[in-house]
Amino acid sequence: MTFQQVTLSLAEGFLENCRLFLETLLFSIPLGLIISFGSMSKFKPLSFLVKIFVWCIRGTPLMLQLFVVFYVPGLLFDTPMRDRMLAALIAFVINYACYFSEIFRGGIESISKGQYEAGQVLGLTKTQIFFKIILLQVVKRIMPPMSNEIITLVKDTSLARVIAVGEILLAAERFAGKGLIWPLFYTGAYFLIFCGLLTILFGYLEKKLSYFKS
Amino acid sequence: MSFLKVNHLEKHFGPTRVLEDINFELEKGQVLVIIGSSGSGKTTLLRCLNFLETANQGSFSVGDEILFDAEQTYTDKQIREKRLKFGLVFQSFNLFPQYTVRQNITLAPKLMLKEKQLTAEQRKESLAQIEQKADELLESVGLKDRQDFYPCQLSGGQQQRVAIARALAMSPEILCFDEPTSALDPELTGEVLRVIQSLKGGDRTMIVVTHEMGFARDVADRVIFMADGVIEEEGTPDEVFGNPKSEKTRAFLAGVH
Ligand SMILES: Nc1ncnc2c1ncn2[C@@H]1O[C@H](COP(=O)(O)OP(=O)(O)OP(=O)(O)O)[C@@H](O)[C@H]1O
Ligand SMILES: [Mg+2]
Repeated sequence: MTFQQVTLSLAEGFLENCRLFLETLLFSIPLGLIISFGSMSKFKPLSFLVKIFVWCIRGTPLMLQLFVVFYVPGLLFDTPMRDRMLAALIAFVINYACYFSEIFRGGIESISKGQYEAGQVLGLTKTQIFFKIILLQVVKRIMPPMSNEIITLVKDTSLARVIAVGEILLAAERFAGKGLIWPLFYTGAYFLIFCGLLTILFGYLEKKLSYFKS
Repeated sequence: MSFLKVNHLEKHFGPTRVLEDINFELEKGQVLVIIGSSGSGKTTLLRCLNFLETANQGSFSVGDEILFDAEQTYTDKQIREKRLKFGLVFQSFNLFPQYTVRQNITLAPKLMLKEKQLTAEQRKESLAQIEQKADELLESVGLKDRQDFYPCQLSGGQQQRVAIARALAMSPEILCFDEPTSALDPELTGEVLRVIQSLKGGDRTMIVVTHEMGFARDVADRVIFMADGVIEEEGTPDEVFGNPKSEKTRAFLAGVH
């Protein structure tokens, strides 16, 4: 087994991690926004239910949620999950949407009432106020916690291993089975490089938004 | 006939009565100054006029249009239209931090324009008008050279002048100020008060809540003194400042001087 072969094989696995990472972001950010609106709703029963849901998701391990999404449909409804990647994606999206929703809620609630009122007295609609005035200020404020959470997501993708999604750790374990241990440690390099790139990207975005203070 | 008429306006928050039976009138082009101690309901009154609070009873009208009547309920859309009769300058400026001075001024007019059904030609013309108006406003508050600055790059006095220009950009019939200089360092109040003073004249009707008594006396055509949610005394500046009838007014004026 040459170094090059291992590198390629791990890269193939890491591609799955990247896919899970990107798709999770793509769906969990909008869903998180919806959940945050739910938890801020003035309609108490709704905000209560949403908060209970967020509590359940944040209060249990993601690994457990992976098992639930993967096994429960087959056990209870006789419709086994065939697509392991899809199961992982569903669990990740729900889990991360809940974490993001709390960050969004904190960000939205931290914007002063005066910003809304200034928009209102100028005759703007609620939608215009949110998208033209509030949103960018929220984005700026939630950048640090979001980058933390997103970097955690990169590493969490390898949890998909527990339902046998063919991600990088699973690939490395296959080598370990054949008596080759070093590829297992080598996987760390992939995560380090990916997270390093993300850190640079977030640093750039934060700098982009540093032109104003709010 | 008076331009602004406020009739029997009442506001309470739960059990606390904040405004009780507020009645007053104002002519077009006049400046009304409202004074009164902390908690007397001045801010709440301005907020009711600007539809940021809904009064529990009473009504008010501008021109011959009844803008608000507590007996009626209004949709969000109606309120948006009605509140444009008024403009409000806040104590804490509330500029939009992510926009430049110029963008702060043109944001609302441009969004308003987007909603209108216009031909491309008309739209272009309206846009040009908005920009031209922004130029005039920037000139009149003395911030032409700061038009591309962001609010965080301005002093408090400059920020408040931008806020005034922003409110004027929507051409309100009545411009309200809620303690426009209270959040400013003393050496910056002058520039803001001078701008407000310079706006007086012509058709511009204004309501100014302030603790700056010298300025109040200078700029006012009418003065209202509020205490505990009621209008305790009303009159010309000379009447209220020079010869107050109410014991409470005398005590208040003695206190601030
Ligand atoms: N949203 C609210 N809920 C409950 N009480 C309120 C609310 N807003 C104002 N009040 C109360 O109404 C009263 C009048 O407040 P208001 O802000 O109108 O006074 P003010 O005359 O503007 O005072 P100041 O000079 O300090 O600005 C105060 O007793 C205040 O506590
Ligand atoms: Mg006040």
